[in-house]
Amino acid sequence: MHFRSYFAAAAIAVVALFTAVPVRAAPGAEPVKIGAILAVSGPASFLGSPEANTVVMLVKRINDKGGINGHKVILLLKDSKSDPQIALSLARQIIEEEQVFAIIGPSTSGETLKIKQLCNDAKTILISCASAEGITNPVAPYVFTTAQKDALAVRKIYETMKALNLHRIAIASSNTGFGKAGKTQLENLAPEFGIEIAADEVYEKEATDLSGLLTKIKAANVQAVVNWSIEPAQALLAKNMRQIGLTVPLFQSHGFANILYAKVAGAAAEGILFPSGRLVVAGVLPKDNPQKKVLMEYKKEYETDYKEDASTFGGHVWDALMLLTRAIEAAPDLDREKVRSALENIRGCVGIGGIFNLSATDHSGLDESAFSMLTVKGGKFIPYSGK
Amino acid sequence: MRRLSFACFAAAIVVVQVATGLTGTGYLLTQLTMAAWYSLVVVGLCLLMGYAGQISLGHAAFFAIGGYTTAVLSSVNLLPAKSALPVRALSAVGLTIGGTDPWGSAVLRLSPWISLAAAMIASAVVAYGIGLPVLRLRGHYLAMATLGFGIIVYRIALGTPLFGAADGLSDVPSFPLFPGLCLDGTRLHRVSSYYFSWFVVLAVIVLIVNLIGSRAGRALRAIHGNEAAAQAMGIDTSRYKLHLFALSAVIAAMAGVFMTHYTGGIGPGETSVMKSIRYVAIVAVGGMANLWGALIAGTVLNFLSLRGLFGTYDDAVFGAVLIAMMLFAPDGIVRKKRI
Amino acid sequence: MPLSLILQYLFSGITAGAIYAVIAIGFNIVYNTTGIINFAQGEFVMLGGMIAISLGGFMPLPVAVAGAVAITALVGGLLEFVFIRRMKNPTVIQMIIVTIGLSILIREAALHVWDEKVHSLPYFTGNEISSLRIFGACLSPQVLWVLGTCAAVVAGLSLFFTHTAAGRAMRACSADRIGAMLCGINARTMVTLSFMISAAIGALAGCVISPITSTTYDCGTSLAVKGFTVAIIGGLGNSAGAVVAGLLLGIVEAFCISFMPMSYRDVVVIAILLAALSLKPSGLFGSSASHALKEF
Repeated sequence: MHFRSYFAAAAIAVVALFTAVPVRAAPGAEPVKIGAILAVSGPASFLGSPEANTVVMLVKRINDKGGINGHKVILLLKDSKSDPQIALSLARQIIEEEQVFAIIGPSTSGETLKIKQLCNDAKTILISCASAEGITNPVAPYVFTTAQKDALAVRKIYETMKALNLHRIAIASSNTGFGKAGKTQLENLAPEFGIEIAADEVYEKEATDLSGLLTKIKAANVQAVVNWSIEPAQALLAKNMRQIGLTVPLFQSHGFANILYAKVAGAAAEGILFPSGRLVVAGVLPKDNPQKKVLMEYKKEYETDYKEDASTFGGHVWDALMLLTRAIEAAPDLDREKVRSALENIRGCVGIGGIFNLSATDHSGLDESAFSMLTVKGGKFIPYSGK
Repeated sequence: MRRLSFACFAAAIVVVQVATGLTGTGYLLTQLTMAAWYSLVVVGLCLLMGYAGQISLGHAAFFAIGGYTTAVLSSVNLLPAKSALPVRALSAVGLTIGGTDPWGSAVLRLSPWISLAAAMIASAVVAYGIGLPVLRLRGHYLAMATLGFGIIVYRIALGTPLFGAADGLSDVPSFPLFPGLCLDGTRLHRVSSYYFSWFVVLAVIVLIVNLIGSRAGRALRAIHGNEAAAQAMGIDTSRYKLHLFALSAVIAAMAGVFMTHYTGGIGPGETSVMKSIRYVAIVAVGGMANLWGALIAGTVLNFLSLRGLFGTYDDAVFGAVLIAMMLFAPDGIVRKKRI
Repeated sequence: MPLSLILQYLFSGITAGAIYAVIAIGFNIVYNTTGIINFAQGEFVMLGGMIAISLGGFMPLPVAVAGAVAITALVGGLLEFVFIRRMKNPTVIQMIIVTIGLSILIREAALHVWDEKVHSLPYFTGNEISSLRIFGACLSPQVLWVLGTCAAVVAGLSLFFTHTAAGRAMRACSADRIGAMLCGINARTMVTLSFMISAAIGALAGCVISPITSTTYDCGTSLAVKGFTVAIIGGLGNSAGAVVAGLLLGIVEAFCISFMPMSYRDVVVIAILLAALSLKPSGLFGSSASHALKEF
């Protein structure tokens, strides 16, 4: 009796072991395998979900047109659940077993930094959608990112503050990789702009009420507050600020660029200032803006396919695929080193996040002009005109 | 009988490795090795839940204590203090390791054996510290207390810059175990790491089985059968439960140390409530007091989860498994009277 | 510290505390009748909020809230009927595991039925920036709604348990199940009823706190943990105790922020819980005698 149940259990184990082995792809016209490790679920899912939607949509369109230079694209989409350990495990898996040509993602800085070394050593092109400084500095030959760097966002914010004559500020950031990275940049760049940081608080991302924290900030007599987080806390902070009567200007990170946060924050969102890529205000851009065509096209495609607002985060994936496509077209025999250096030679490429000018020392390709300062008026995002 | 089980187990380990080698699927060994470390935690927890009847909803915390201890200690650069007496003493005994960091500069580090010892001691201390007040509680209160403990460790890991806060710690060096046997994630050492991990699991199981067969073990089985009767027989149940708690904590910490060196890093995600719940789920599937059942369940479930088989439904699968097990097979899949 | 600052910390403490209190009350019903702590209670809170938000799209707010409460109550009863009832003589560990499993499943189902985005109900009175000024400190009117709900629920429950037949029957079940059955009370129906009431209270809590905290598919877990921390500190089974404990805890948390980083605030809270469990497990207001009699 004992043996039978052992045998059953062992049999199940063996079957499970080998069903988990992936099926070999059929041989054919040399398809190119592209992996995408995105945070489709978990705390960063509002980054990963639009990103995943975008990559699926784009790959389908690419393949409908015959692939990149005739190479069909095989997409391997994996859910990292916003967990760096899982991202690492998945990266190992798709690099070793599937021998993917390139990886798009991950969605967050923490995950990207974890797999940076692995991808570089394995000569697998990694185009991340995260914005931490450490991704492209120090430069690793095979690692790129399409998200605008945190430092650029911070510069934009500080420039605006300077123009508005605000020197004494408070920083509130969430205890996440993104919040930490932003906090570091805010602290590092403050002296350059003559900004004094009077209060520097970190909060838990699941916090249900931040009024205590804001009371502490209010007591520090600041002229403005900067919040750096990518969670619902962005809306919560705005509401709590107004509720306790703290009426100074509120600046948010580029993570605020999702109209849903403005909706949830309701009346408290009015007047919030934040740097963002131009996707969310694509409709009101002047006709001669170089990005307008590309932005409107993406917006239309995404909103038709998925019936929800396009987001700047999905845009990072769009940019990543676009850059990769350009590079493969420039080096058609799918030689990794050639595609890699083709990537570094891309100049003046108009994307969703901005206009890309890559080089051997700049693997991000965007500068401050990628951002414009936006504000909320009447529950909508509009460009900030300095008033 | 027992010897046969061990022999079968050892044979299975070898068979699987050879099979992967022959079919060119050597990369499966990576996930199998990681599954081994997770299963180690499960085996320790099974001992606690099955024999001491104590539920622990915070066991991932001990795994993390082990992992973070070793990550911090083995990353300390001793080069600036090279001429200090303690450092020279350690070097003389061979307990320091020279090397280079990812940016090319030279470093001198503590041997991971030290951090392994430190991790095991730390977890034992914490286990005794928490166990003394908490193990007196019953049922839900115990569950809540262990859950609370797990959350405290999670928050500390998440909030402390020394532990890397939200990003956790990376660039943890490999663990040179013995000459020729090095524990890290590289392809070169994949097969040897695989054998090492499963050897450790086997060794721990042998240890536990011998423990259960000993005098202490008989006391444990008495407690498991009927605690009041055991107390009436003069067995100091609270002391035994405390020791078991500490033992399971040390095993979990050990698994944490090895896993951290194997994957080269650790993050606060390893202490999360969901991780602790997974361990409990696996013990439930395997059968509360059934070591082999817990081991098989742990390996299969963790392996499949690590390979991403469940996709976005990963947590849902564990939830469903929990419910299904409790409803239909509260004694586990591998039905067995006694280990 | 000036008075207005102290008062502001106090108010922010009351805001958080009221949220914990209203969630904690829900645990007590099921606990009182069955001795089970329902780890899925947090998900009822989440469901209440989510369903009300969905319904609120095409019906007036009060109707949406009532609808959400009713639907969640049904879900609670259904879960008990399908899952909990099946378990024969469950041990504590088994009960805990099942309710944890249920909470995971409900959460994942919510992710797929709705989405991962953040939602919230509109404020019952006023909006996101309205606040009442009292002695220089500000308080959102929604907090008064939460406190009012706590008071109403506690009062309602106390009336229910003392003056209605069903309530008395449930108390009989919790005191002595076999004895109650001998008196002709259908214990199994009482258990189902207790789950339904608990779910209803949870849903109501979810609706009333949604404007303040926003609702996401995974907000239930952390709310639940805070909720049972408070329920235990206040004494399991004692709703009024839960409210007091909740408010106290919220205020302690708020004052903690004034001098320590927020990350350690939770550590303080759990340390308080562990201390409470070690020193007086029956809670601030629970009675040690009845605590000793409880099966679990």
